[in-house]
Formats: sequence, structure tokens, C-alpha cells
Amino acid sequence: MSLDVDIEHSHGAFHLSARFVSEPGVTALFGRSGSGKTTLVNIVGGLIRPDRGRVTVDGQVLVDTERRLFVPKHRRRIGYVFQDSRLFPHLSVRQNLLYGRWFTRGNGGEVADFDAVVELLGISALLDRRPESLSGGEKQRVALGRALLAHPRLLLMDEPLASLDEARRAEILPYIERLRDKAGVPILYVSHSVAEVARLATTVVILADGKVTAVGSVLDILPLADASDAGSVLDAVVARHDESFQLTTLASAAGELQVPRLSAPHGTSVRAYIRARDVMLSLQPPQEISALNVLAGKVAQITPSGAQADVRLDCNGAVLTARLTAKSVQRLALAPGRPVYAVIKSVSFERS
Amino acid sequence: MTAEEWTAVRLSLLVAVTATAASLPFGIAVAWLLARGRFWGKSLVDTLVHLPLILPPVVTGYLLLILLGKRGPIGEFLNDAFGIVFAFRWTGAALACAVMGFPLMVRAIRLSIEAIDTRLESAAGTLGAHPLFVFATITLPLSLPGVIAGAILCFAKSMGEFGATITFVSNIPGETQTLPSAIYTLTQVPGGDSGALRLTAISVVISMTALLGSELLARSIGARRVAT
Repeated sequence: MSLDVDIEHSHGAFHLSARFVSEPGVTALFGRSGSGKTTLVNIVGGLIRPDRGRVTVDGQVLVDTERRLFVPKHRRRIGYVFQDSRLFPHLSVRQNLLYGRWFTRGNGGEVADFDAVVELLGISALLDRRPESLSGGEKQRVALGRALLAHPRLLLMDEPLASLDEARRAEILPYIERLRDKAGVPILYVSHSVAEVARLATTVVILADGKVTAVGSVLDILPLADASDAGSVLDAVVARHDESFQLTTLASAAGELQVPRLSAPHGTSVRAYIRARDVMLSLQPPQEISALNVLAGKVAQITPSGAQADVRLDCNGAVLTARLTAKSVQRLALAPGRPVYAVIKSVSFERS
Repeated sequence: MTAEEWTAVRLSLLVAVTATAASLPFGIAVAWLLARGRFWGKSLVDTLVHLPLILPPVVTGYLLLILLGKRGPIGEFLNDAFGIVFAFRWTGAALACAVMGFPLMVRAIRLSIEAIDTRLESAAGTLGAHPLFVFATITLPLSLPGVIAGAILCFAKSMGEFGATITFVSNIPGETQTLPSAIYTLTQVPGGDSGALRLTAISVVISMTALLGSELLARSIGARRVAT
């Protein structure tokens, strides 16, 4: 699957001008609210007709304003999971799930297996219920299944977890991961949460004020994200467990990390996410300090923003970002190339 | 009750049911156009639909007579082309009732269509449903309470319609003499009071039954929707 977008669209004073090509897997559209993420997804899904430009999926042109071509949404085979699940209130969960079956015939693809999807999303107990009796998390799982059973060639998800609390998010994320890994449908995932993007995405497209500011793999791009919870992602492998202290040691390119005991066996790949504000820098190897994780690296780049500055480090090829005050940057005389030690206060991580 | 009174009751029911059933598809279509359509002249259509509500019924009846009478431009064409005659027939009474009830029907249906979240319809579209299929499976079922309310309003209006009917198709016993016309006639003759009272009672019973029926129907739809 390849999605090729090159569009311009104005809505009132807001102007969206976006151009990117996405790879298979999960492509995250990342940006603050109001950056144009939803407008962009609506254009791909056919809910909005762009002022100018082209949208192509797998070589099929969906929109081409120059050729006056516009494929209506019901003929695009692009599934859409909305922030508000938008289940049909007059139909049961089963009827909601099967709504798309009328239209999947004759498009050449294998018909998605109802039982397999129900199993994948863990919704078999809900089939005869009505949407209004479901919890927010259950609704989103049914909405996922409904979109999937219409056999889409591309799945759009517009902040599917935004209306849920932390516990419900943690409940749904694994299902989206399973969808990504098992259903094999490419996903365009809109989010303003760095943690979600770090966990799910392969490719990241960053939008700011209606413009694409960066496109690339999640490891390269996420440290550049301009967000309050900016941070960096480290690919790591479970190296060993320390039973007496209930700790797990992870091996990454940047060095070893000790984290609270994981249940994953040796050799499991995990993705550690380290928030920029959880990283301190020291010019000397810190001694007699409570933090367990200290990584050596070199300053790669300093991006000041007001009283703060984001310092990107190169730790043996891996990127780590620290958020410091401008005063600290000056006091330590930080500059690109300077060797430093990063003290990491906490690590959150997800299995990948 | 006299045979003539029975005839009036039966005729009234026939006229009201025909008027409601025949105008319902048009009512839904116009309500949908007014609720969702964006086209030039929409306010003109809106005004035309509401005209019978604000015009004196006699004026509406007279306009129907001019247009659809045997020598009227539309009436003559329909007679020549299809052999359809409205003037002084029960079908004419049904037409007059349909025209008078139409604004009430459209209003009720339009309100319920406007209350539907259009985002549900676009969600159905992304699942592959053609707009007509979306209308049949999402829009129409969700606006059903409004459709029922609109139909009942039109039926009730038809049962009571007097001015437009009597002006357009006159007051012919057995053909165009509906309940209100019959009651009116009875009040004009000496000794007709008891007959008028009987018909009045019947009229009240029919109207209340219709209202009750619609309440029950709406409630059962609501219950079905809440049931888990």
C-alpha cells in the first residue's frame, strides 16, 4: 500500500498545504489540535473535497482537481474510525459490524472473516447489545471492527483514543497493535499524543499550522516533535532480569537501561520512550546518585525555545532529547560536539 | 345511525388514509430536501409548502378548483392524457386534504431529519454505502418517530378538513361528503342535531384513537431502541 497526498485546502482563515507519501504499516499524523490533521484525514477519506491537489492510493487516483476527478467516499474502500465512535444507534452491535458487508462483494479481495475480527477485538460478548449500553472503550472496539469488516485497503483513525480516559486507552491500544500486526491493513493514525505515536507508528508525518514540517521513521522524527511531552524513542531488547531488586536490564544502542521488572522474556524487543523533561545532563560521570540510568553521548543540536532549550544527544547513534532551562545550557557551556552524560529519571516502554 | 351518516364516516376514513398514504413519500422527499438540500430557491419551496397553512382554506380550495377543475390547465391535461379526474370526486377530496395536511407532515419529518447527526451518515458512507442506501438504512429509520408524527398529523388534518374540500369538490353525499361536511349539512336542516352529535362523537373517537395509536407506536420504537 502506498498513499500519496499532495493537496491544498482553505477553510476560512485556515490554510492547509500538505504533501507526503506514506509507507505500509502505521503512519502517524502528528500535531497539535488545529494543525489540520483531521482536515487532512477527511480529505483522504472523501469527506472533504480539497481546493486543489491529488490523492492516490495504490496508484488509483482518488482526487485530482486538475482532472476534475473525485471518487466519492463510498467507492474508496477506505475505512474510518472516528474519535466519537459513530455507531448506528438503531442497530445492534452485530448489525453495526455487518453494515459494510453489503458492499465488500465483488471487489476482488477476500472477505474479512467476521469471527476472526470479533475474536481479535474481544467483542464476542457484546454482539447482541445496543451501542448506547456500551462503555466508551467497547464502542471504539466495535467501531474498529465495523471499519475492518468493510474490508478497507486503508484504515483512517482520527484520534480514536482521545475521548477515553487513561484506563480505557490502555485497554484499546493493544487491540490497535494487534490490528496493525495481524490484520495487515495499513493505518493512517491521527494523534497528538507522543506516547501513542511512539508505540504504534512506523512512519510519522508532523503537521504544524497546516503544513507538513517533517516526514520520516518514528525513531528519527519523534525527537523533533514540538510538543509538551516531547521525548525520544529507543529500540531495545530485554537482556536480563534481576530478581532480587525486581529490575530488568534492557540493551539498546545507547547503552543499558535498568527499568522496573518486565514480564517479557529475554530477547523480547521493546520500545522505550523517554520524555525530554525526564533527562538531566552532566558534564562529569555522576557518582553517588540515585538514578540508575546514565548514558554517555555527545550534544548534537540545541534548539532554544524561550526560557527552555531542547538538547539533542547522539548516544552511540541513538537519539536522546533532554529539555533544560536556557540557564543550564549556558552554565554547562553546552555546544554541539560536547561530550555529556544523560541522567534518565524515568523510562516508559512498550513492547514492540 | 343512518346509512348516510355511515357513508360519511367510511368516506372520511378512505379520504384521510388515501391522502396520508399518497402524500407520505412526497412528504419525506420534500422534508429531506428542506433539511439537507442546498439548492437555489430553497426558501421558495419552503414557502410554497407552507402556503396552505397560512392561506384561508377556501382560497386553497378555490386555487385547486382553478388549476385542477375539469377546465383548469392541469385538470384538463390529466383528464386528456390519463383520464384522471379530481373535480367533484372523492379523489379530489383526498387531494385537497393531502395539500392541507402536507405542511404539517413535512414540518414534523423535517425536524426529525434535522435532528439526526449527519456524521452517522458520513460514517455509513465510509463503510461503502451508496447515499440512497444510507438514506434507507440510517436516515429513514432514525427519523421514524417524526415520520409517524407527520403521518398522524396529516391524517388528523384530513379527518377535519372542511374549507378546501367543500370549495374544490363540493358536498356530494356518497362521493365527497366527508364527516365535517356531513356535520355541517346536518346542522343546517331542522332536526339534524342528533345526527350531528353522533358524527361529532365519532369524529372525537377517531381523532383520539389516531393520537393514541401514534403514541404507542412511537413508544414501542423508543423501547426497541433502548432495549439491550
